[in-house]
Amino acid sequence: MQFWLIQTMNGMAFGSLLFLLASGFSLIFGLMRIVNLTHGAYFLLGAYIGLTVVVRTGSFWLAVAAAGVAVATVGVLIERFLLRRLHGRALPQVLLTLGLAFIIADGVLWVWGGDPRPIPAPPFLSGSFTLAGATFPAYRAFLFLLGLAVALLLWLLQERTRLGAMIRAGVDDQEVARAMGIPVHRIFTLVFALGAFLAALGGILGGPILGAYPGLDGDVLPLALVVVILGGLGSLGGALLGSFIIGFLHNFGQALFPDFAYFTLFLPMVLILAFRPSGLFGRW
Amino acid sequence: MAGRAVGLAAAALALLALPHVLPAYYLNLTTQILHYAVFAMSLDLLVGYAGLTSLGHGSFFGVATYAVALLNGRGITNLLAVGAVALLAATLFAAAFGLLAIRGSALGFLMITLALGQVLWGLAFRWAALTGGDNGLSGIVRPPLPFGISLQSGAGIYYFTLVAFAACWAVLWLVVRSPFGLVLIGIREQPNRMRALGFHVTAYQYAAFVIAGLFAGVSGVLYTYFNTFVHPTTLTITSSAEALLMVIAGGAGTLAGPVAGAALVVFLKNVVSAYLERWVILLGAIYVIIVLFAPGGLASVWRGAAARWFGRGGDVEPEAAEAEATAWVEAGSRPPE
Amino acid sequence: MCRLTRQVLGASLALLAAMAALAAPVQAAEPIRLGFLTIKTGALAAPGKEMENGILLFLEENQQTLAGRKVELTSLDTTGTPAVSLTKTRELVERAKVHVIIGPLAAFEAYAIIQYVNDNKVPLISPSAAADDLTQRKATPYFVRAASTSSQPMHPFGTYAAKTLGYKRIATIADDFAFGHELVAGFHRTFEDAGGQVVQKLWPPLGTVDFGPYMGQLKKDVDAVFGGFAGIGGVRFAKAFQEYGLKGKVAYLAGQVAVDEALLRNMGDEVLGALSTAHYSAALQNPTNQRFVQAYRQKFGQDPGYYPEGAYVAGQMLKQVLTKLGGRIEDREAFLKALREVSVPDTPAGPLRLDKHGQPVQNIYLRKVERKDGRLQNTVVHTFENISQFYTYNEAEYLKAPPYGRDVPPCKHCQ
Repeated sequence: MQFWLIQTMNGMAFGSLLFLLASGFSLIFGLMRIVNLTHGAYFLLGAYIGLTVVVRTGSFWLAVAAAGVAVATVGVLIERFLLRRLHGRALPQVLLTLGLAFIIADGVLWVWGGDPRPIPAPPFLSGSFTLAGATFPAYRAFLFLLGLAVALLLWLLQERTRLGAMIRAGVDDQEVARAMGIPVHRIFTLVFALGAFLAALGGILGGPILGAYPGLDGDVLPLALVVVILGGLGSLGGALLGSFIIGFLHNFGQALFPDFAYFTLFLPMVLILAFRPSGLFGRW
Repeated sequence: MAGRAVGLAAAALALLALPHVLPAYYLNLTTQILHYAVFAMSLDLLVGYAGLTSLGHGSFFGVATYAVALLNGRGITNLLAVGAVALLAATLFAAAFGLLAIRGSALGFLMITLALGQVLWGLAFRWAALTGGDNGLSGIVRPPLPFGISLQSGAGIYYFTLVAFAACWAVLWLVVRSPFGLVLIGIREQPNRMRALGFHVTAYQYAAFVIAGLFAGVSGVLYTYFNTFVHPTTLTITSSAEALLMVIAGGAGTLAGPVAGAALVVFLKNVVSAYLERWVILLGAIYVIIVLFAPGGLASVWRGAAARWFGRGGDVEPEAAEAEATAWVEAGSRPPE
Repeated sequence: MCRLTRQVLGASLALLAAMAALAAPVQAAEPIRLGFLTIKTGALAAPGKEMENGILLFLEENQQTLAGRKVELTSLDTTGTPAVSLTKTRELVERAKVHVIIGPLAAFEAYAIIQYVNDNKVPLISPSAAADDLTQRKATPYFVRAASTSSQPMHPFGTYAAKTLGYKRIATIADDFAFGHELVAGFHRTFEDAGGQVVQKLWPPLGTVDFGPYMGQLKKDVDAVFGGFAGIGGVRFAKAFQEYGLKGKVAYLAGQVAVDEALLRNMGDEVLGALSTAHYSAALQNPTNQRFVQAYRQKFGQDPGYYPEGAYVAGQMLKQVLTKLGGRIEDREAFLKALREVSVPDTPAGPLRLDKHGQPVQNIYLRKVERKDGRLQNTVVHTFENISQFYTYNEAEYLKAPPYGRDVPPCKHCQ
């Protein structure tokens, strides 16, 4: 009984973490059709910047804000001055994001050194609680709720605000949107910044579980890819569903089929793609 | 044309003479450039000619390396036997992966090749009883060749790799100039138009994928004989990403491009890393600059310079090939299926 | 010939003779070329840098001179890939023409270069690559180590856990790669030989981002959990161990690197009380170590752990051999022979001598993580003296048996 309870709660928390990681990626692709391979590096950068702020100021929430803003700024600069030059050319854009990922990852190693660093959770969330005899970390429960909150906020943004309407218009038909006076370029920059912001958020909020270390970007990027492929690129609901499906599959798969631990992530993705190339809710 | 022939002949002579001119260390680097060049050229068939970007091309490279190592482990070292099995393995995996990957969307292709590559890596890493896991497999023997030619020396393995490289270049040169190659270029540029003209686009892409897998296998065999050691790192995303870097930085859609790209990456990784600790940033920066300002890679930079100095040089430029393909297609002829 | 000319001639000849006498054997003027293979980029950059720190400190303490000859160090980044490791080794041997190599860091790198090193007769002193077989079934004449194998410190640990700590049931969890397998295997074997039972063996893939699923699976009705992790895994597991309520109920026994000083400096209370065994601890109280730690702290601002200590000891081994040979490193046969017989009485980890396979026989220390002066350290609570890589087992039988792996020894009591 304890086993099922803990694994279910694990799946929920991990699913939320994956959503934080994948939502930014899905957002950027949905509007701009860019497969942002720098996404893992933004996550990494967010984790390290957050770590430094926590260590220096002792405030976790300040760290979250600082990491988000800092990486969003990096995202804006990259979009405005580099990606925009390659407007409309999908492959070069993907390749550019790949090169940038290399640069940022090695830059982080240079600045922060290579020691694996744990990131402390805020003190009031550092403990554990017991449910039906099973002990579970409080932070993960918090993360689960936070992921849902972020999903709700993003949905509200997309469906209930003018900005969201403009974004949706841009996704549906860029040319008509532009013709209607929607400042598509500025929306692009904003969305890219938001995507980077979400990635950094994932990095620092996921920090108490994942830590910060060289190679974190390479470990999380495939996870983001798997989630959005499964859920369908460009769909927020798909990203949410995909996150939780993968979260549960991963948890139960690792526990029940340890010999297939390496495949619980990628095999489902391959199977889904083989039969439904646009993913579960894909819009492309 | 004569200028180009002279250029090629000069290059060939230079390559043949290298062992007598270069110190052993640099000769070894050149051998590495050559086998990575074959790897990059094979990926270029997909990226540059068929227009399919793969992030899992290391799979077929790696499969071939393990085939060689496993046969060696069972005492089979004959070059023809080992080569045939390794190439067959690479081709079969490419045939299988291709069925899943060629799905009509570029993005899906990218993702599936990446995913399949990861699955294969996981297999190699975990199945330690077969693959040695993260310890890899060592003690691979370079095969004895007829007429007492030995591959044990630096010069020996260099010539062997050079001959293989030249053969691959020649075959790929023929492939990209053949009707098949021209159709590929047409598909890359205008897939819908080609489909409307009656070409089975998916079949051509699949064929390109399998051929690319075969040549990746060749480079895997060369790599294994050179290093006498195999390891799952050849199957990682990083390995596939590096190959992609080689193709793009060198110039996709040409044959010389991947060679230049291979030289660049090998040089940065092995030589520059001794002087510059942040060579990764340099590699990334060069790559970013090329993507932004010289999308045709080093090959296009060279061609631009060569055009100013010698008149047109280089091999089939993408635009010319596309024009040729389109013209030929519009004339109503279809290639034999 | 006029008098002036004779004088000049005589003076010139005298000068020449004096120069010839003073220009001692060419060898004394030529430096000893030391090659160093480490990792400076990528995921293993941190231990790689620390390893380099160790040799830099050693050379600095010796004024870059060993046995009267200057030492020229060439330190290269292998980037952690086997092909580049081999190329860098070639560079050391063919371009830099080194006399001896210290390195590499990772086990698979050692496997990649071992044939080349033997074919080219270049002695290799490895401060880190811990794979058991490199000094067992796959031992070669040109390879020796300056640190323990993966399983060497785990053998006495297993016996201690069963006999002294009285543990009866233990679950193991370790990174699923060769190092993790060997750590667990060494512990498993001696623990069960001493009467204990290993009831569960978990193998999270290397780089597992979330230990949640494993914490859910770990059996709670055990006396202790043995964790065999490297890098971030050690950090994450210690945290998860506490968060999922195991700390305080179940003991945490760790492999040597999971609580290495490099990780401890960034960890917190979650890892207090963890027991581990290793051939070294920065908290060792012998005079050499106290000097070593002091000097390392001053130069690098941190405590030395497994990696820099290994490189430092490799330097000590080199010095010992060269002093014995009067600096004549060019005599390859004599050098190799002396290297394989080396015995250093005063390493920071205590006395060390090599067995006939090139592996150190040395003390293994049982350490407990404690807080002292506001810092976490591995306090030494017990010393197992003179532990060889074969422990108390018969060497010939040990070598005939299959090498340690995920299923060797098999889990007879796994439920």
